[in-house]
Amino acid sequence: MTTVASPSRRQFLAGAGAIAVGFSLLGTGVAAADSAAAGSEGEGGEVRVDDPAGAPTQSWLVLTEDAITVFSGKVELGTGVQTSLTQIVVEELRLGVGDVRYVQGDTLLNVDQGLTAGSKSVQVGGVQLRQAAATAFAELSRRAAKALGVDPSKLRAADGRFTARGRTVGYAELLRTGTTVLPLDTTAPVRDPRDYVVVGTSQPRVDLPGKFDATFRFLHDIVPAGTLHGRVVRPPGRNARNPVIGNLDRAKAIDGVVAVVQQERFIGVVATSQWAAARAASPTTGITVIWDQGPALIQQADLPTALRDPANHYATVVEKDDGVAPVLAASDHVLTAQYFTPFQMHGTMGASTAVADVRPAPDPDTGIQATVWSGTQGVTALRGAIAGLLGLSPAAVRVIYEEASGCYGHDGVDDCAADAALLSQAVGAPVRVQWLRADEHGWEPYGGAQAHDMTAALGPKGITAWSHVIYAPTANSRPSAKNPGTLLAGALKGLLPDPLPATSVDSSGRNAPVTYGFPQRVEAHLIKSFETTGPASAAPSAPLTYRIPRTTAMRSLGGFSNSFANESFFDELAHAAGRDPLALRIASLPDPRAVAVCKALRDTWENRPTGGNGVGAGVAFQQYEVVNAYVATYVELHVDGATGQIHVDRVVVAHDCGLVINPNGLRNQIEGNVVQGISRALKEEVHYAGDAVTSLSWSSATPGAQYDVIRFNEVPQIRTILIDRPDQPPLGAGEPAIGTMPGAIGNAVFAATGIRFRTLPLTPDRVLAALNG
Amino acid sequence: MAMPTRAVRLNGSEVTADYESAGTGTSQASEPLLYWLRDRLDQHGPRFGCGIAQCGACTVLLDGAATRSCVRQMHTVADEADIRTLDGLAAPGGEPHPLQRAFTALQAAQCGFCANGLIMGSLAWLESRIAAGNNAVPTEQEIKDFLSGASPDNTRNYLCRCGTHTRIVAAVGAAAKEMIG
Ligand code: FES
Ligand code: FES
Repeated sequence: MTTVASPSRRQFLAGAGAIAVGFSLLGTGVAAADSAAAGSEGEGGEVRVDDPAGAPTQSWLVLTEDAITVFSGKVELGTGVQTSLTQIVVEELRLGVGDVRYVQGDTLLNVDQGLTAGSKSVQVGGVQLRQAAATAFAELSRRAAKALGVDPSKLRAADGRFTARGRTVGYAELLRTGTTVLPLDTTAPVRDPRDYVVVGTSQPRVDLPGKFDATFRFLHDIVPAGTLHGRVVRPPGRNARNPVIGNLDRAKAIDGVVAVVQQERFIGVVATSQWAAARAASPTTGITVIWDQGPALIQQADLPTALRDPANHYATVVEKDDGVAPVLAASDHVLTAQYFTPFQMHGTMGASTAVADVRPAPDPDTGIQATVWSGTQGVTALRGAIAGLLGLSPAAVRVIYEEASGCYGHDGVDDCAADAALLSQAVGAPVRVQWLRADEHGWEPYGGAQAHDMTAALGPKGITAWSHVIYAPTANSRPSAKNPGTLLAGALKGLLPDPLPATSVDSSGRNAPVTYGFPQRVEAHLIKSFETTGPASAAPSAPLTYRIPRTTAMRSLGGFSNSFANESFFDELAHAAGRDPLALRIASLPDPRAVAVCKALRDTWENRPTGGNGVGAGVAFQQYEVVNAYVATYVELHVDGATGQIHVDRVVVAHDCGLVINPNGLRNQIEGNVVQGISRALKEEVHYAGDAVTSLSWSSATPGAQYDVIRFNEVPQIRTILIDRPDQPPLGAGEPAIGTMPGAIGNAVFAATGIRFRTLPLTPDRVLAALNG
Repeated sequence: MAMPTRAVRLNGSEVTADYESAGTGTSQASEPLLYWLRDRLDQHGPRFGCGIAQCGACTVLLDGAATRSCVRQMHTVADEADIRTLDGLAAPGGEPHPLQRAFTALQAAQCGFCANGLIMGSLAWLESRIAAGNNAVPTEQEIKDFLSGASPDNTRNYLCRCGTHTRIVAAVGAAAKEMIG
């Protein structure tokens, strides 16, 4: 049998019988119901399904007597998504939490599922999967009714069995009666949330025990037989050119060294062991590379000014304008303030890793020539980009998702996969690339620095008009299936990245608009990341010359910075108006769910420290992406007057993300947002000089300013208040809470010291200077 | 060129494997213990996080002491050294160690990549306290300071990038209680 890895064909082992439901995890594809998937039974109990051309992207829920399997392109990001999705499936099937098998992120087995990003795995996937499970349950019920000779309404289901009139039939028996392939039935009845048994309970994560006894296999543990080891050698700066490799013979003389690979500015070494590769790549024991120095980036200290300089903008977008200009002009109480946040990095715990096996010719059976194992958030886009990089057709490339350490967005994993692919192609053997910490810190795509100009008018009843102007580089430079220049290795080979995006909406501008009731205006100036083909052009000019470090999607995108500006400025206005900051928020929010999360903090707020003497409390609110989860956060902290050190003592988060699937899992995610948010607000900043990033390690033990992150003894007590809305759809919880953190912290510091900080991070140096200043 | 070999006790069993080395005397350099354990002895607990002794992900116990295996060169590991990894932490029957049980009970991970370092580092710390006759359950602050490299027993920081800190601290405390009995 010949299978072509066509993206529209799937095969399952159905055994004696099965129910297979096709659906779309993207949520947009409810039309799948109309374009019925065709199914046919093949030999050996295999079911082949063909998605009709042009059908929305398909995932499959397959029930056999042996297993429940979800074929999906969604990926597990270490936030317990799989456990929550399982709860949803078994709830509809009236089963307990057992094993639901997931076949995730493999371009051979799955079609394009888009990206697992923006914290919406449960929000989008969960609703679709629930309907798929309900569709399967309806078919099971139909079979049971027939088997027991009763009307389906008379059936009771529990523990894998249907009962009616004292007679019983098991799911396994029913599944053996034949194979049915169904499109998603959007009308299949779903369970009433009031009857939920599994959803809403704190199920332990299925993946954790194996992570605590080293039996779980991360991407980093994948080493196919015969795999060689690669290391990359990066330029000294973003714009360095014309490398000349020296000491080649010294490197090649190292036992186990297989090759030194150079393609334009992409340089790597391959060896039979990690250590040999490391030595060949090290300038003290292996190759040395001399580069022509390139133009400097906009200097770090100049960023707040430079981001506002029209010469660095390629476009201006008015995201929203409720007509605030006349109100501002007529008001006699207008406030303005300027904010800034720096470049920050995802800084995944395990430096990026990938394995690629690129063969000289396609496999005659599968047509696959290159197989890549990656922690990517988008297997399909990466497949296309790598195919272009290698000069292969996308059908000849298979990308397999394997879980890496938590990534919080588009970090180094895709670029690392491209490195492995190039090196494997060069040596004709599988290659595993392990980035070093300096590769990750120096070259991962960062979250962008942003500047904000805030203006608002105050009237007797509160805020009457609000304007937010942001200056921001792109928050999306993910791999594009059509352009290998979107991968670092491609750019180093001389290819150009995609043009910069035309809009800031829900990107660098995410959560720039507020959900308060007063009229507002949001305008975004989009920053040229690199030299472009003209003053208003978003397209890179050749050779690629960066003006600022490459930026991309990082947890909540521009939302972290935008909410810092919004919620700090709101606090400024409340104080200027002599109003209680929490009460003014409650009074300004039209949506009762928004008001509810704020009110949930009221007791805590009313019992807060009075402020001054270095101790203070602050609050912040945001509705994630303006339409999703609601979060209000209380922060209590103290400031050490002698050192400038801020210590967050206590955080309370009130959180409404609709129906709660797994309360303890949700709390875990919120806590992670809180801790990472504190770290970003107080400590994190990418440092660079000339065109070279200089913060290449975690620790200030390394000389120079490094990428310092929060330590265990800097973490506060955290309380989460979950507002469960069983009648509302589940909303993503992966990143809503982080956006409230910097504002709440800044507001608490103001309460503690009387000083308003408008620039992050709030390092001891910065705080001390202000205290003494 | 023939490679030198090292014979150690790994999780209670004698094992021998080659390691790569270059130079002699004070200029000798050799393969890190981390690569040796992962690539030659199929250990999956210790992980490459930073490779520069700043995160703890690679922690193993070397003669009872928490050791950052990413920077520990093989020629400095003695023959007959006793090495313990997360892979061998559960009792032979598969019964999880109190630290593993506590981490699971408190769901003390998000991605879980840091767990090796936190479990093995805490293991060495708690065992050495107990061995020294200190049977006091460490306070929350002591655990936090230990994991921050700000305690008399430890100057090396452990990282968790996902922000699971409060659960990890609670899990170490719960396990300590059980280990001390
Ligand atoms: S990998 Fe060894 S301390 Fe980070
Ligand atoms: S759980 Fe991901 S680094 Fe700690």
